[in-house]
Amino acid sequence: MDLSNVAIVGSFETDLGIVADRGPMALGVQAALGAIADAGLDASAIDGLITCNSLVTPVMYHAEATAEYAGLTPSHCLSVGTGGGTTYTALRYAAAAIQTGLATTVVVSMADSMRSFMTRDRAMAVQSSSGHPHFEQPYGPTVPAYYALIARAHMDTFGTTEAQFAEAMVSSRTWAHENPTAQYRERVTVDEVLASKPIADPLKLLDCSIVSDGGAAVVLTTRERARDLPHTPVLLKGYGEGHHYEHISQATDLTRSAAVDSGKAAFEQAGIEPSDIELAQLYDCFSPALLIQLEDLGFCDKGAGGDFLASGATRPGGALPVNTHGGMLSHCHPGNPGAMFGLTEAVRQYRGAAGTRQLAHLEHTLLHAQGGIMSSHATVVLGRAN
Amino acid sequence: MAGVDQLNQVYFDGVAEGQLRIQQCGDCGAQQFYPRVVCKHCGSEHSQWIVASGQGKVSSYSVVRRGVSADFSAPYIVALITLEEGVTMMSHVVDVEPDQVASGMAVTVAFRPVGGADIRPVFTPALASR
Repeated sequence: MDLSNVAIVGSFETDLGIVADRGPMALGVQAALGAIADAGLDASAIDGLITCNSLVTPVMYHAEATAEYAGLTPSHCLSVGTGGGTTYTALRYAAAAIQTGLATTVVVSMADSMRSFMTRDRAMAVQSSSGHPHFEQPYGPTVPAYYALIARAHMDTFGTTEAQFAEAMVSSRTWAHENPTAQYRERVTVDEVLASKPIADPLKLLDCSIVSDGGAAVVLTTRERARDLPHTPVLLKGYGEGHHYEHISQATDLTRSAAVDSGKAAFEQAGIEPSDIELAQLYDCFSPALLIQLEDLGFCDKGAGGDFLASGATRPGGALPVNTHGGMLSHCHPGNPGAMFGLTEAVRQYRGAAGTRQLAHLEHTLLHAQGGIMSSHATVVLGRAN
Repeated sequence: MAGVDQLNQVYFDGVAEGQLRIQQCGDCGAQQFYPRVVCKHCGSEHSQWIVASGQGKVSSYSVVRRGVSADFSAPYIVALITLEEGVTMMSHVVDVEPDQVASGMAVTVAFRPVGGADIRPVFTPALASR
Protein backbone atom coordinates (compact mmCIF):
# COMPACT_ATOMS: atom_id res chain seq x y z
CA MET A 1 0.00 0.00 0.00
CA ASP A 2 1.04 3.57 -0.65
CA LEU A 3 2.65 5.04 2.48
CA SER A 4 3.55 8.43 1.03
CA ASN A 5 1.63 10.38 3.66
CA VAL A 6 3.72 8.97 6.53
CA ALA A 7 6.83 10.51 8.10
CA ILE A 8 9.23 9.43 10.84
CA VAL A 9 9.52 12.45 13.13
CA GLY A 10 10.97 11.14 16.37
CA SER A 11 13.70 8.65 17.26
CA PHE A 12 15.38 7.56 20.50
CA GLU A 13 17.76 4.91 21.82
CA THR A 14 18.06 4.05 25.51
CA ASP A 15 21.31 3.19 27.24
CA LEU A 16 22.62 0.13 25.41
CA GLY A 17 24.87 -2.84 25.93
CA ILE A 18 24.84 -3.89 29.57
CA VAL A 19 22.01 -2.10 31.39
CA ALA A 20 21.55 -3.93 34.67
CA ASP A 21 19.63 -1.27 36.60
CA ARG A 22 16.36 -1.54 34.68
CA GLY A 23 14.42 -4.29 32.96
CA PRO A 24 12.85 -4.58 29.52
CA MET A 25 9.55 -2.85 30.34
CA ALA A 26 11.36 0.15 31.81
CA LEU A 27 13.66 0.35 28.78
CA GLY A 28 10.72 0.17 26.37
CA VAL A 29 8.90 2.95 28.19
CA GLN A 30 12.04 5.07 28.31
CA ALA A 31 12.47 4.56 24.57
CA ALA A 32 8.85 5.49 23.80
CA LEU A 33 8.87 8.64 25.92
CA GLY A 34 12.29 9.61 24.58
CA ALA A 35 11.09 9.33 20.99
CA ILE A 36 7.95 11.36 21.76
CA ALA A 37 10.08 14.11 23.30
CA ASP A 38 12.51 13.97 20.37
CA ALA A 39 9.55 14.52 18.04
CA GLY A 40 8.64 17.64 20.00
CA LEU A 41 5.27 16.16 20.88
CA ASP A 42 3.26 15.87 24.05
CA ALA A 43 2.30 12.38 25.19
CA SER A 44 -1.35 13.30 24.66
CA ALA A 45 -0.66 13.47 20.90
CA ILE A 46 0.01 9.72 20.73
CA ASP A 47 -2.99 7.70 19.57
CA GLY A 48 -1.22 4.47 18.66
CA LEU A 49 1.42 2.28 20.31
CA ILE A 50 3.03 -0.80 18.77
CA THR A 51 5.54 -2.91 20.70
CA CYS A 52 7.06 -6.38 20.52
CA ASN A 53 6.94 -8.71 23.48
CA SER A 54 9.95 -9.36 25.68
CA LEU A 55 11.61 -12.79 25.47
CA VAL A 56 13.02 -12.30 28.96
CA THR A 57 9.79 -11.33 30.75
CA PRO A 58 6.89 -11.84 28.34
CA VAL A 59 3.54 -10.35 29.35
CA MET A 60 0.07 -11.05 27.99
CA TYR A 61 -0.81 -7.48 26.99
CA HIS A 62 2.55 -6.00 26.21
CA ALA A 63 1.64 -2.80 24.36
CA GLU A 64 -1.16 -2.07 26.81
CA ALA A 65 1.16 -2.59 29.79
CA THR A 66 3.74 -0.31 28.16
CA ALA A 67 1.08 2.40 27.69
CA GLU A 68 -0.05 2.02 31.28
CA TYR A 69 3.51 2.31 32.63
CA ALA A 70 4.23 5.35 30.44
CA GLY A 71 0.97 7.10 31.24
CA LEU A 72 -0.20 6.92 27.64
CA THR A 73 -3.86 6.40 26.74
CA PRO A 74 -3.75 5.58 23.03
CA SER A 75 -6.74 4.54 20.91
CA HIS A 76 -4.75 1.68 19.38
CA CYS A 77 -2.41 -0.83 21.08
CA LEU A 78 -0.76 -3.76 19.34
CA SER A 79 2.01 -6.17 20.29
CA VAL A 80 3.57 -7.83 17.26
CA GLY A 81 5.64 -10.97 17.13
CA THR A 82 7.49 -11.99 14.01
CA GLY A 83 10.86 -12.55 15.64
CA GLY A 84 13.62 -10.43 14.20
CA GLY A 85 11.32 -9.20 11.45
CA THR A 86 9.14 -7.59 14.14
CA THR A 87 10.64 -4.14 13.79
CA TYR A 88 9.82 -3.38 10.20
CA THR A 89 6.56 -5.31 10.20
CA ALA A 90 5.48 -3.06 13.09
CA LEU A 91 6.73 0.01 11.24
CA ARG A 92 4.58 -0.90 8.24
CA TYR A 93 1.44 -1.47 10.32
CA ALA A 94 2.02 1.85 12.09
CA ALA A 95 2.40 3.56 8.73
CA ALA A 96 -0.68 1.84 7.32
CA ALA A 97 -2.73 3.00 10.31
CA ILE A 98 -1.66 6.59 9.62
CA GLN A 99 -2.10 6.34 5.87
CA THR A 100 -5.66 5.06 6.26
CA GLY A 101 -6.59 7.57 8.94
CA LEU A 102 -6.97 4.96 11.67
CA ALA A 103 -4.41 6.86 13.73
CA THR A 104 -2.50 10.10 13.37
CA THR A 105 0.60 9.65 15.51
CA VAL A 106 1.99 6.21 16.37
CA VAL A 107 4.95 5.15 18.51
CA VAL A 108 6.81 1.94 17.69
CA SER A 109 8.84 0.97 20.75
CA MET A 110 10.85 -2.18 21.42
CA ALA A 111 13.26 -3.24 24.14
CA ASP A 112 14.61 -6.32 25.84
CA SER A 113 17.29 -7.30 28.33
CA MET A 114 18.82 -10.49 26.99
CA ARG A 115 22.18 -9.69 28.54
CA SER A 116 21.33 -8.80 32.14
CA PHE A 117 18.00 -10.48 32.83
CA MET A 118 18.24 -13.81 31.04
CA THR A 119 19.94 -16.93 32.30
CA ARG A 120 21.98 -19.06 29.92
CA ASP A 121 19.54 -21.95 30.33
CA ARG A 122 16.55 -19.74 29.53
CA ALA A 123 18.42 -18.28 26.54
CA MET A 124 19.16 -21.74 25.20
CA ALA A 125 15.55 -22.82 25.78
CA VAL A 126 14.23 -19.75 23.94
CA GLN A 127 16.56 -20.16 21.02
CA SER A 128 15.88 -23.86 20.56
CA SER A 129 12.14 -23.16 20.70
CA SER A 130 12.34 -21.56 17.26
CA GLY A 131 12.65 -25.10 15.92
CA HIS A 132 9.73 -27.42 15.19
CA PRO A 133 8.72 -28.95 18.55
CA HIS A 134 8.44 -32.53 17.27
CA PHE A 135 10.64 -32.72 14.20
CA GLU A 136 13.56 -30.32 14.89
CA GLN A 137 13.92 -29.54 18.60
CA PRO A 138 14.42 -33.19 19.63
CA TYR A 139 17.73 -33.10 17.73
CA GLY A 140 19.15 -30.31 19.88
CA PRO A 141 19.82 -27.72 17.20
CA THR A 142 21.00 -24.29 18.39
CA VAL A 143 20.23 -21.07 16.54
CA PRO A 144 23.87 -20.81 15.41
CA ALA A 145 23.53 -24.40 14.10
CA TYR A 146 20.50 -23.43 12.00
CA TYR A 147 22.47 -20.62 10.37
CA ALA A 148 25.46 -22.94 10.06
CA LEU A 149 23.30 -25.22 7.87
CA ILE A 150 22.75 -22.22 5.59
CA ALA A 151 26.41 -21.23 5.68
CA ARG A 152 27.49 -24.77 4.77
CA ALA A 153 25.04 -24.91 1.87
CA HIS A 154 26.39 -21.59 0.54
CA MET A 155 29.96 -22.88 0.79
CA ASP A 156 29.03 -26.12 -1.00
CA THR A 157 27.04 -24.36 -3.74
CA PHE A 158 29.14 -21.27 -4.43
CA GLY A 159 32.57 -21.96 -2.95
CA THR A 160 32.15 -19.30 -0.28
CA THR A 161 34.87 -19.53 2.37
CA GLU A 162 34.92 -19.18 6.15
CA ALA A 163 37.31 -16.24 5.66
CA GLN A 164 34.66 -14.50 3.56
CA PHE A 165 32.01 -14.99 6.26
CA ALA A 166 34.54 -13.53 8.72
CA GLU A 167 34.52 -10.28 6.74
CA ALA A 168 31.07 -9.54 8.16
CA MET A 169 32.49 -8.98 11.64
CA VAL A 170 35.52 -7.12 10.28
CA SER A 171 33.18 -4.65 8.56
CA SER A 172 30.89 -4.41 11.58
CA ARG A 173 33.71 -3.63 13.99
CA THR A 174 35.22 -1.07 11.63
CA TRP A 175 31.96 0.88 11.86
CA ALA A 176 31.38 0.16 15.57
CA HIS A 177 34.83 1.56 16.33
CA GLU A 178 33.36 4.93 15.31
CA ASN A 179 30.23 4.55 17.46
CA PRO A 180 30.54 5.48 21.16
CA THR A 181 27.35 3.58 22.05
CA ALA A 182 28.41 0.27 20.47
CA GLN A 183 28.81 -2.60 22.92
CA TYR A 184 31.97 -3.90 21.20
CA ARG A 185 34.23 -1.35 19.47
CA GLU A 186 37.58 -3.07 19.07
CA ARG A 187 38.58 -3.73 15.47
CA VAL A 188 39.15 -7.38 14.52
CA THR A 189 40.93 -9.14 11.67
CA VAL A 190 39.76 -12.07 9.55
CA ASP A 191 42.35 -14.25 11.31
CA GLU A 192 40.96 -13.28 14.71
CA VAL A 193 37.44 -14.22 13.61
CA LEU A 194 38.68 -17.54 12.23
CA ALA A 195 40.53 -18.25 15.49
CA SER A 196 37.54 -17.44 17.71
CA LYS A 197 35.80 -20.22 19.62
CA PRO A 198 33.98 -22.79 17.46
CA ILE A 199 30.22 -22.65 18.06
CA ALA A 200 28.56 -24.64 15.29
CA ASP A 201 30.83 -25.40 12.34
CA PRO A 202 31.49 -23.49 10.15
CA LEU A 203 30.43 -20.63 12.45
CA LYS A 204 32.70 -19.29 15.16
CA LEU A 205 31.90 -16.95 18.05
CA LEU A 206 32.74 -13.89 15.95
CA ASP A 207 30.33 -14.98 13.20
CA CYS A 208 27.54 -14.57 15.76
CA SER A 209 25.73 -11.45 16.92
CA ILE A 210 26.19 -10.21 20.46
CA VAL A 211 23.80 -10.37 23.42
CA SER A 212 22.65 -7.03 24.75
CA ASP A 213 20.19 -4.95 26.72
CA GLY A 214 18.57 -1.94 25.14
CA GLY A 215 15.55 -0.29 23.63
CA ALA A 216 14.68 2.06 20.81
CA ALA A 217 11.59 3.78 19.51
CA VAL A 218 10.39 5.93 16.65
CA VAL A 219 7.37 8.19 16.20
CA LEU A 220 5.44 8.25 12.93
CA THR A 221 2.83 10.79 11.92
CA THR A 222 1.33 12.41 8.84
CA ARG A 223 3.52 14.53 6.57
CA GLU A 224 1.18 17.41 7.23
CA ARG A 225 1.69 17.25 10.99
CA ALA A 226 5.44 16.72 10.47
CA ARG A 227 5.74 20.22 9.01
CA ASP A 228 5.21 21.74 12.45
CA LEU A 229 7.75 19.48 14.20
CA PRO A 230 11.43 20.18 14.88
CA HIS A 231 13.14 17.49 12.79
CA THR A 232 13.23 17.14 9.02
CA PRO A 233 11.02 14.10 8.45
CA VAL A 234 12.24 10.80 7.01
CA LEU A 235 9.78 9.18 4.61
CA LEU A 236 8.80 5.58 3.96
CA LYS A 237 9.22 5.17 0.20
CA GLY A 238 8.74 1.44 -0.14
CA TYR A 239 7.92 -1.71 1.80
CA GLY A 240 7.85 -5.41 1.03
CA GLU A 241 7.58 -8.74 2.82
CA GLY A 242 8.37 -12.32 1.92
CA HIS A 243 7.64 -15.58 3.72
CA HIS A 244 8.76 -18.87 2.14
CA TYR A 245 8.77 -21.16 5.17
CA GLU A 246 9.17 -21.04 8.92
CA HIS A 247 11.22 -24.12 9.86
CA ILE A 248 14.62 -24.51 8.24
CA SER A 249 13.99 -28.17 7.42
CA GLN A 250 11.10 -26.99 5.19
CA ALA A 251 13.25 -24.63 3.11
CA THR A 252 13.33 -25.57 -0.56
CA ASP A 253 16.51 -23.55 -1.14
CA LEU A 254 18.92 -22.93 1.74
CA THR A 255 20.89 -20.29 -0.14
CA ARG A 256 18.08 -18.12 -1.53
CA SER A 257 15.64 -16.49 0.89
CA ALA A 258 12.33 -14.66 0.70
CA ALA A 259 14.37 -11.45 0.91
CA VAL A 260 14.26 -11.76 -2.89
CA ASP A 261 10.50 -11.12 -2.69
CA SER A 262 10.53 -8.50 0.07
CA GLY A 263 13.32 -6.53 -1.60
CA LYS A 264 11.69 -6.64 -5.04
CA ALA A 265 8.40 -5.34 -3.64
CA ALA A 266 10.09 -2.56 -1.67
CA PHE A 267 12.19 -1.42 -4.64
CA GLU A 268 9.18 -1.46 -6.96
CA GLN A 269 7.11 0.65 -4.58
CA ALA A 270 9.95 3.11 -4.10
CA GLY A 271 10.58 3.23 -7.86
CA ILE A 272 14.31 2.71 -7.43
CA GLU A 273 17.00 0.05 -8.01
CA PRO A 274 19.52 -1.49 -5.61
CA SER A 275 22.19 0.75 -7.17
CA ASP A 276 20.27 3.79 -5.85
CA ILE A 277 20.80 2.70 -2.24
CA GLU A 278 23.48 4.67 -0.36
CA LEU A 279 23.03 3.01 3.05
CA ALA A 280 21.90 -0.55 3.79
CA GLN A 281 20.96 -1.49 7.36
CA LEU A 282 20.80 -5.28 7.17
CA TYR A 283 19.97 -8.06 9.62
CA ASP A 284 23.35 -9.39 10.73
CA CYS A 285 22.33 -11.96 13.35
CA PHE A 286 24.96 -14.29 11.85
CA SER A 287 27.53 -13.66 9.13
CA PRO A 288 25.83 -15.91 6.50
CA ALA A 289 22.54 -14.01 6.98
CA LEU A 290 24.25 -10.75 6.09
CA LEU A 291 26.02 -12.30 3.11
CA ILE A 292 22.86 -13.84 1.67
CA GLN A 293 20.85 -10.62 2.14
CA LEU A 294 23.46 -8.73 0.10
CA GLU A 295 22.76 -11.20 -2.72
CA ASP A 296 18.99 -11.57 -2.36
CA LEU A 297 18.40 -7.81 -2.12
CA GLY A 298 20.30 -7.32 -5.38
CA PHE A 299 23.49 -5.62 -4.18
CA CYS A 300 25.59 -8.34 -5.83
CA ASP A 301 25.01 -11.45 -7.92
CA LYS A 302 23.82 -14.70 -6.35
CA GLY A 303 26.88 -16.51 -5.05
CA ALA A 304 29.06 -13.39 -5.08
CA GLY A 305 28.28 -12.27 -1.51
CA GLY A 306 31.62 -13.55 -0.20
CA ASP A 307 33.63 -11.59 -2.75
CA PHE A 308 31.45 -8.53 -2.14
CA LEU A 309 32.07 -8.60 1.62
CA ALA A 310 35.79 -9.24 1.18
CA SER A 311 36.08 -6.30 -1.24
CA GLY A 312 35.43 -3.89 1.63
CA ALA A 313 32.35 -2.46 -0.12
CA THR A 314 30.35 -2.47 3.12
CA ARG A 315 32.98 -0.66 5.21
CA PRO A 316 33.57 3.09 5.68
CA GLY A 317 34.35 4.60 2.29
CA GLY A 318 32.98 1.55 0.47
CA ALA A 319 30.42 1.54 -2.34
CA LEU A 320 27.62 0.35 -0.04
CA PRO A 321 27.97 1.32 3.63
CA VAL A 322 26.24 -1.43 5.67
CA ASN A 323 25.21 -1.09 9.33
CA THR A 324 27.04 2.15 10.06
CA HIS A 325 26.17 1.83 13.76
CA GLY A 326 27.93 -1.54 13.98
CA GLY A 327 24.86 -3.73 13.59
CA MET A 328 23.86 -6.62 15.80
CA LEU A 329 27.35 -8.11 15.42
CA SER A 330 28.85 -5.26 17.49
CA HIS A 331 26.45 -2.47 18.45
CA CYS A 332 23.36 -3.90 20.19
CA HIS A 333 21.30 -7.08 19.92
CA PRO A 334 18.73 -7.39 22.70
CA GLY A 335 16.76 -10.05 20.80
CA ASN A 336 13.71 -9.22 18.70
CA PRO A 337 14.24 -5.42 18.89
CA GLY A 338 17.69 -5.75 17.25
CA ALA A 339 16.80 -4.18 13.91
CA MET A 340 15.35 -1.07 15.62
CA PHE A 341 18.87 0.30 15.88
CA GLY A 342 19.34 0.02 12.13
CA LEU A 343 16.33 2.32 11.83
CA THR A 344 17.35 4.81 14.52
CA GLU A 345 20.86 4.97 13.03
CA ALA A 346 19.36 5.68 9.59
CA VAL A 347 17.33 8.55 11.08
CA ARG A 348 20.55 9.83 12.67
CA GLN A 349 22.29 9.68 9.30
CA TYR A 350 19.46 11.64 7.64
CA ARG A 351 19.77 14.29 10.34
CA GLY A 352 23.51 14.62 9.81
CA ALA A 353 24.11 13.58 13.41
CA ALA A 354 26.16 10.41 12.94
CA GLY A 355 29.49 11.89 14.00
CA THR A 356 32.53 10.30 12.37
CA ARG A 357 30.22 7.73 10.74
CA GLN A 358 28.28 10.43 8.89
CA LEU A 359 27.75 9.69 5.20
CA ALA A 360 28.47 12.63 2.92
CA HIS A 361 25.35 12.07 0.82
CA LEU A 362 22.20 10.12 1.62
CA GLU A 363 19.02 9.98 -0.39
CA HIS A 364 17.82 6.35 -0.21
CA THR A 365 18.35 3.88 2.64
CA LEU A 366 17.37 0.22 2.65
CA LEU A 367 16.38 -1.42 5.93
CA HIS A 368 15.99 -5.18 6.14
CA ALA A 369 14.95 -7.45 8.98
CA GLN A 370 14.19 -11.13 9.12
CA GLY A 371 12.66 -13.54 11.55
CA GLY A 372 12.96 -17.27 12.01
CA ILE A 373 15.90 -18.89 10.22
CA MET A 374 16.07 -16.67 7.12
CA SER A 375 12.30 -17.30 7.10
CA SER A 376 10.21 -14.11 7.38
CA HIS A 377 11.54 -11.02 5.64
CA ALA A 378 10.64 -7.33 5.72
CA THR A 379 12.32 -4.63 3.62
CA VAL A 380 11.87 -0.86 3.91
CA VAL A 381 13.15 1.89 1.63
CA LEU A 382 13.55 5.28 3.32
CA GLY A 383 13.99 8.61 1.61
CA ARG A 384 14.02 12.32 2.20
CA ALA A 385 11.06 14.66 1.98
CA ASN A 386 11.58 16.75 -1.15
CA MET B 1 5.01 -37.13 24.17
CA ALA B 2 3.50 -33.79 25.15
CA GLY B 3 1.50 -32.12 22.43
CA VAL B 4 1.63 -35.01 19.97
CA ASP B 5 -1.70 -35.34 18.19
CA GLN B 6 -3.16 -38.46 16.63
CA LEU B 7 -1.63 -37.73 13.24
CA ASN B 8 1.90 -37.23 14.56
CA GLN B 9 1.48 -40.29 16.77
CA VAL B 10 1.36 -42.47 13.64
CA TYR B 11 4.86 -41.24 12.82
CA PHE B 12 6.15 -41.89 16.34
CA ASP B 13 4.49 -45.33 16.44
CA GLY B 14 6.46 -46.06 13.25
CA VAL B 15 9.69 -44.97 14.90
CA ALA B 16 8.94 -47.34 17.78
CA GLU B 17 8.61 -50.15 15.21
CA GLY B 18 11.78 -49.18 13.34
CA GLN B 19 9.94 -47.60 10.44
CA LEU B 20 10.42 -44.11 8.98
CA ARG B 21 6.90 -43.13 7.93
CA ILE B 22 6.13 -40.25 5.59
CA GLN B 23 2.91 -39.19 3.90
CA GLN B 24 1.95 -39.69 0.27
CA CYS B 25 -1.03 -37.88 -1.21
CA GLY B 26 -3.80 -40.19 -2.40
CA ASP B 27 -4.77 -37.66 -5.08
CA CYS B 28 -1.65 -35.97 -6.49
CA GLY B 29 0.87 -38.58 -5.35
CA ALA B 30 3.29 -36.08 -3.80
CA GLN B 31 5.15 -36.99 -0.63
CA GLN B 32 5.52 -34.72 2.35
CA PHE B 33 7.23 -34.50 5.71
CA TYR B 34 6.39 -33.42 8.44
CA PRO B 35 2.88 -34.98 8.66
CA ARG B 36 -0.03 -32.69 7.84
CA VAL B 37 -3.81 -33.10 7.70
CA VAL B 38 -3.73 -31.73 4.15
CA CYS B 39 -1.39 -32.26 1.22
CA LYS B 40 0.68 -29.07 0.99
CA HIS B 41 0.91 -29.53 -2.78
CA CYS B 42 -2.78 -29.96 -3.71
CA GLY B 43 -4.81 -29.49 -0.52
CA SER B 44 -6.17 -33.03 -0.59
CA GLU B 45 -7.13 -34.62 2.71
CA HIS B 46 -6.50 -38.12 1.37
CA SER B 47 -2.94 -38.65 2.46
CA GLN B 48 -1.66 -42.15 3.11
CA TRP B 49 1.31 -43.31 5.13
CA ILE B 50 4.18 -45.02 3.38
CA VAL B 51 7.38 -46.42 4.83
CA ALA B 52 10.40 -44.56 3.45
CA SER B 53 13.34 -46.65 2.28
CA GLY B 54 15.56 -44.98 4.87
CA GLN B 55 18.14 -44.08 2.23
CA GLY B 56 19.05 -40.45 1.77
CA LYS B 57 21.75 -37.84 1.39
CA VAL B 58 23.11 -35.14 3.65
CA SER B 59 21.96 -31.85 2.13
CA SER B 60 23.66 -29.71 4.79
CA TYR B 61 25.11 -30.20 8.24
CA SER B 62 26.74 -28.51 11.21
CA VAL B 63 29.00 -29.92 13.86
CA VAL B 64 27.56 -28.37 17.01
CA ARG B 65 30.44 -27.51 19.34
CA ARG B 66 28.36 -25.87 22.06
CA GLY B 67 25.41 -28.07 22.92
CA VAL B 68 21.90 -26.76 23.38
CA SER B 69 21.62 -28.25 26.88
CA ALA B 70 23.32 -30.67 29.23
CA ASP B 71 21.35 -33.49 27.55
CA PHE B 72 23.29 -32.98 24.33
CA SER B 73 26.96 -33.77 24.59
CA ALA B 74 28.97 -31.78 22.04
CA PRO B 75 30.20 -32.33 19.46
CA TYR B 76 27.17 -33.71 17.64
CA ILE B 77 26.19 -33.41 14.01
CA VAL B 78 22.87 -31.76 13.17
CA ALA B 79 21.99 -32.34 9.53
CA LEU B 80 19.28 -31.89 6.97
CA ILE B 81 18.71 -35.23 5.28
CA THR B 82 16.96 -35.43 1.93
CA LEU B 83 15.39 -38.88 1.65
CA GLU B 84 15.40 -40.65 -1.70
CA GLU B 85 11.64 -40.11 -1.78
CA GLY B 86 12.41 -36.37 -2.03
CA VAL B 87 11.39 -35.01 1.36
CA THR B 88 13.81 -33.35 3.78
CA MET B 89 14.04 -33.82 7.54
CA MET B 90 16.28 -32.66 10.35
CA SER B 91 18.27 -35.38 12.08
CA HIS B 92 21.67 -36.37 13.39
CA VAL B 93 24.47 -38.06 11.50
CA VAL B 94 26.07 -40.61 13.82
CA ASP B 95 28.82 -43.24 13.68
CA VAL B 96 31.11 -40.83 11.84
CA GLU B 97 33.93 -38.52 12.90
CA PRO B 98 32.92 -34.85 12.61
CA ASP B 99 35.61 -34.18 10.00
CA GLN B 100 34.38 -37.08 7.85
CA VAL B 101 30.83 -35.85 7.29
CA ALA B 102 30.13 -34.01 4.04
CA SER B 103 27.21 -32.65 2.09
CA GLY B 104 26.05 -35.16 -0.51
CA MET B 105 27.11 -38.09 1.67
CA ALA B 106 24.84 -41.15 1.32
CA VAL B 107 23.24 -42.12 4.62
CA THR B 108 20.91 -44.80 5.99
CA VAL B 109 18.38 -44.46 8.75
CA ALA B 110 18.97 -45.98 12.19
CA PHE B 111 16.94 -45.68 15.37
CA ARG B 112 18.78 -44.48 18.45
CA PRO B 113 18.15 -42.50 21.62
CA VAL B 114 18.81 -38.80 21.00
CA GLY B 115 19.70 -36.24 23.65
CA GLY B 116 19.42 -38.85 26.38
CA ALA B 117 15.72 -39.20 25.62
CA ASP B 118 13.45 -41.05 23.22
CA ILE B 119 14.42 -43.19 20.25
CA ARG B 120 14.57 -41.07 17.08
CA PRO B 121 15.49 -41.69 13.49
CA VAL B 122 19.13 -40.74 12.95
CA PHE B 123 21.40 -41.46 10.01
CA THR B 124 24.62 -43.38 9.60
CA PRO B 125 26.97 -43.41 6.63
CA ALA B 126 25.49 -45.75 3.99
CA LEU B 127 27.33 -49.08 3.61
CA ALA B 128 28.70 -48.18 0.18
CA SER B 129 30.33 -45.01 1.47
CA ARG B 130 31.93 -46.52 4.54
